[in-house]
Amino acid sequence: MKLDFSVVADAWPTLLSGIMGTFYLAFAGMALALVIGVLGVAILRLHKAVPSLLVNAFIEIIRNTPFLVQIYFVFFALPLAGVRLNPTLTAIVALGLNGGAYAIEIIRGGVESIPKGQTEAGLALGLHKHEVFRLIVLMPALRAIYPSLSSQFILLTLTTAICTSISAYELTYVGQRIEAETFRSFEVYFTLTIIYLLISLVTMWVLSTIGRHAFNYPQR
Amino acid sequence: MDIQHFTYLLQGLVWTLFLAVIGFAGGIPFGILVALMRVSSSPWLRRAAMAWIGLFQGTPLLMQLFVAYFGLPLLGFNVAAWAAVAVALTFHASAFLGEIWRGAIEAVPRGQTEAALALGLHARSRMVDVIMPQAFKLSLPATVGFLVQLLKGTSLAAIVGFVELTRSGTIVSNQIYRPLLVFGVVGAMYFAMCWPLSLWGRQLERRMAAATAK
Repeated sequence: MKLDFSVVADAWPTLLSGIMGTFYLAFAGMALALVIGVLGVAILRLHKAVPSLLVNAFIEIIRNTPFLVQIYFVFFALPLAGVRLNPTLTAIVALGLNGGAYAIEIIRGGVESIPKGQTEAGLALGLHKHEVFRLIVLMPALRAIYPSLSSQFILLTLTTAICTSISAYELTYVGQRIEAETFRSFEVYFTLTIIYLLISLVTMWVLSTIGRHAFNYPQR
Repeated sequence: MDIQHFTYLLQGLVWTLFLAVIGFAGGIPFGILVALMRVSSSPWLRRAAMAWIGLFQGTPLLMQLFVAYFGLPLLGFNVAAWAAVAVALTFHASAFLGEIWRGAIEAVPRGQTEAALALGLHARSRMVDVIMPQAFKLSLPATVGFLVQLLKGTSLAAIVGFVELTRSGTIVSNQIYRPLLVFGVVGAMYFAMCWPLSLWGRQLERRMAAATAK
């Protein structure tokens, strides 16, 4: 059995557009996930029984079912609800819902990590309440959750591969089309694996560099 | 959906459990090996383990399944689909469990190693009799959490064409044209397997936090 990577190499423009598709799904999905995360935490902080129960049920359902079943469900449920989206937008909705459940937990942890006494101390020192919020609540909370959100983003980027199951345009979908044309299954998926590995390594490096510059004030 | 379709889904569920059990059981010995390499004194063993962990944590599980499914025959192993999936899940689990257990081994207080050294225990006994039993306890919540992840991960075998729970859901859904009902039932079945495990993991975590707070 001889390996032939030339057909995969020849398809590089297609692969490149697939990579862009993967980034598009990951960024759009993460943006939606963050919106759901902030909304979810805001609802939980109302401390009302029924809304809190609904948010917690949402988290448990998402965390204890596979993403593949979730994306199929969204794919069939949206048209019944009268929402007609193309596969790529459907994938973004599914990714956003999935990532949102994890984002709620991460953001809740960050907000709860700021003791109330710290806000009171800031006010007692004569800081304006906007300064207190920005410097004493927001920055430390963001710094606390930034690493978890970064790994969540990488996880979500890897999850986009599953969106090929509803034919959303991304790297794995593009790979399956190249495979169907060339029958070079192993070569295609081996190349895709290397590309995904590079994507997560580069993303990890960029995110940690941003984190180091954005939150580089002294620890104590 | 009649009883016949439901039984078909249950058959898929058995395969899902089978894949998860095989992946987890295979992941245990390889995971211990990866964890021990990761904390060994040889830099080459450490680097090899780090590369192994990075490879599986930095690529989608779906790609790992594809590469095993199409790669094993190229290496001369003509194995059935379920076996290729089982191999991929085993390697996947070994990397994640190895990383979890490395963290647990390093979380055992340094004084324990020093005390074992002072008692004159040799390297193997220090690790097997002193460090690993304590690390096992520390790692339990994260290990249970990974088991849930692995159970959900077996659903990707459906994309390779293996008929487990999700794939049998797709087949039934194509027959009776009731996708929401079918995937609702399939989702509920996964939930019934994963949720008790998640609750157990959280309970272990809470108990451990209470124990270490003292």
